[in-house]
Amino acid sequence: MWKFLLPFTAFIALVVLFAFGLNPHRDIHALPSPLIGKPAPTFTLSDVLDPSHSVSNAALSGQVYVLNVWGTWCAQCRVEHPELLAISRTHVVPIIGLVYMDERGKAKQWLEQLGNPYQSVAFDSDGRTAIDWGVYGAPETFLVDGRGRVIYKFISPMTQEVWEQEFLPRIAAARRGGA
Amino acid sequence: MNRPARRMLRTPGGLPGRLGGMPLRLGALAMLLVCFAGTFARSAADQAVDAFGQLKDPVLQARYERITGQLRCLVCQNESIADSNVELASDLRRQVREMLVAGRSDDAILDFMTDRYGEFVRFSPPLEAKTLLIWGAPFAMMLLGGVIIYRVARQRSRMPLDDESATGPEIH
Repeated sequence: MWKFLLPFTAFIALVVLFAFGLNPHRDIHALPSPLIGKPAPTFTLSDVLDPSHSVSNAALSGQVYVLNVWGTWCAQCRVEHPELLAISRTHVVPIIGLVYMDERGKAKQWLEQLGNPYQSVAFDSDGRTAIDWGVYGAPETFLVDGRGRVIYKFISPMTQEVWEQEFLPRIAAARRGGA
Repeated sequence: MNRPARRMLRTPGGLPGRLGGMPLRLGALAMLLVCFAGTFARSAADQAVDAFGQLKDPVLQARYERITGQLRCLVCQNESIADSNVELASDLRRQVREMLVAGRSDDAILDFMTDRYGEFVRFSPPLEAKTLLIWGAPFAMMLLGGVIIYRVARQRSRMPLDDESATGPEIH
């Protein structure tokens, strides 16, 4: 009895483990953000296009907005850029950019050459705002509701599909929620 | 009928015979220790190049090294921020250093990191309901191994010790 049951149980346990562990749709580097449901960290940084201006997310309170973290060193950010441009043309929510680990000149050039999908772009010169947001790569895209809480984080290049399936329903729900 | 080879295998309790066992086991233990020593000993070369230099207070420096060794670099994920040379690790080391100098406690610093990056940032997660499996698994495995050894040993001890004392047929 044991001779049969023990290996069989072990086999089933392995199958379950592998079903989770080897799932090709699971991004092993994507980590759940502890920020979800918590107030979005506030920042006031200089505008990447005009250092004399500042960009603050406090000014956006009451609005649902998207924060997109990027850098010119990030190849995947270049991949998602046309998607962000297309999304910005729908004017559903303001998209705020956060440039980090980068040089102002390069970021400026990027926006001039590829187009600017952002309402404004904050320049995180020393990476402190990125730490506050728990950023560990790029691109990372956050969704903040009208009460200033982070409601979703997406790690990977934005696509039309992700925008429609993950972002739009949450934006609609956040607005229905009386925000 | 004298078959010494078999008799030696069947010592009471089913454990391997004493003859030649001790030096062998000592040798294995020594080898194991050498392997582990290699894992834990960290030479200065393992440490990431620290742009900030050493902290003036040696106590603070020791705490700094301990904390940064405990925090996972989320870019490389299998290196600590003390070991990693990526920019994020360097930013996080600066953060730890500043908080230490500002007089924050070790727990406050670890909480600061956990609040932003999640439990995954810590190499040794706190004992909680959801981390019970991680902490409990080694003990569960040890227990399982013990039960198996016990069962095997008992089964073997039930077998006749010597061929001489065995009265029944060889095959049980």
